[in-house]
Amino acid sequence: MPKVILNGEEKEIPREMTVMELLEEIGVKFREIGLAVAINEEVVPKSEYTTRKVKEGDKVEVVQLVGGG
Amino acid sequence: MQDWEMLLQDDYLEIAGRKFKSRLIIGSGKFKDFQQTKEVLEASGAEIITVAVRRVNITDPTKENLLDYIDPNKYLILPNTAGCYTAEEAIKTAMMAREATGINWVKLEVIGDKKTLLPDMEETYRAAKFLVKEGFVVLPYVFDDPVYAKKFEDIGCAAVMPLAAPIGSGLGLQNPYNLIFIKEAVSVPVIVDAGIGSATDIPPVMELGVDGILTNTALAEAKDPIKMAVAMKYATITGRLAYLAGRMPKRTYAVPSSPTKGVPFKN
Repeated sequence: MPKVILNGEEKEIPREMTVMELLEEIGVKFREIGLAVAINEEVVPKSEYTTRKVKEGDKVEVVQLVGGG
Repeated sequence: MQDWEMLLQDDYLEIAGRKFKSRLIIGSGKFKDFQQTKEVLEASGAEIITVAVRRVNITDPTKENLLDYIDPNKYLILPNTAGCYTAEEAIKTAMMAREATGINWVKLEVIGDKKTLLPDMEETYRAAKFLVKEGFVVLPYVFDDPVYAKKFEDIGCAAVMPLAAPIGSGLGLQNPYNLIFIKEAVSVPVIVDAGIGSATDIPPVMELGVDGILTNTALAEAKDPIKMAVAMKYATITGRLAYLAGRMPKRTYAVPSSPTKGVPFKN
């Protein structure tokens, strides 16, 4: 099973999968506004979520908008 | 329409071509819950609210989201780069913020010191320069330094956001002269960010002629954030009107307000 670094922590995923599939796997709801994903420090546009694959060794960041000043 | 609305009907805070009726901007941090954030936002009359970009907690992805409470079509959701200590971190965070908000505005913060949370101006400047070239509308959180403020304007920042006092300190206005100098030095909006402790701190700042105020902790830590939000709304209006009205000169000695001639029983 491929290992990725997800938000700074190592995580095994069942297989190589698209960004959209990964979000579902980790229980994060897709939203057009309020969510962003980067792979290896490059932002993945939402238009590529169903095609862009997350692979072994990828550093994945999943962020949301939270309260802040 | 109320009297102040009549008097301020052509008065806008204009940033990067976008006009806002309210000169008060609020932060969304540290409130009890999202419902309170929403109520404070509505009570304050603000049209811009700042947010932060943070990792989703993977072990417990929060089902509730701030965006379920704040309508991005009604308010400008302005992401910050809080927590960044280098230009590179801030740039990467701004890129994520752009994807997350769907807009290219960023309140740029690059902090230089954990204890005071004062900005690292060199790093902020480097990040601002890069982000402006990338097409961002950059609003940098800066020290109250008129020389640097001009430099940020020169590289294309849409506004400058000098502090009144350190973030979360609630100390209120510490150096009015620097803000006056900044206002003289730049033509982009000057939005005073950080240091406001209460609604009563706002009018003296607005009366200097600055274009807007950003506050967060003073609302979140108020005993009653909704009342404070209403007070801040009117405090911002008060300060703006006082600035437009123009204050009298300060004098060392008294000047009588009643006629000095014709006082009864005087010879």
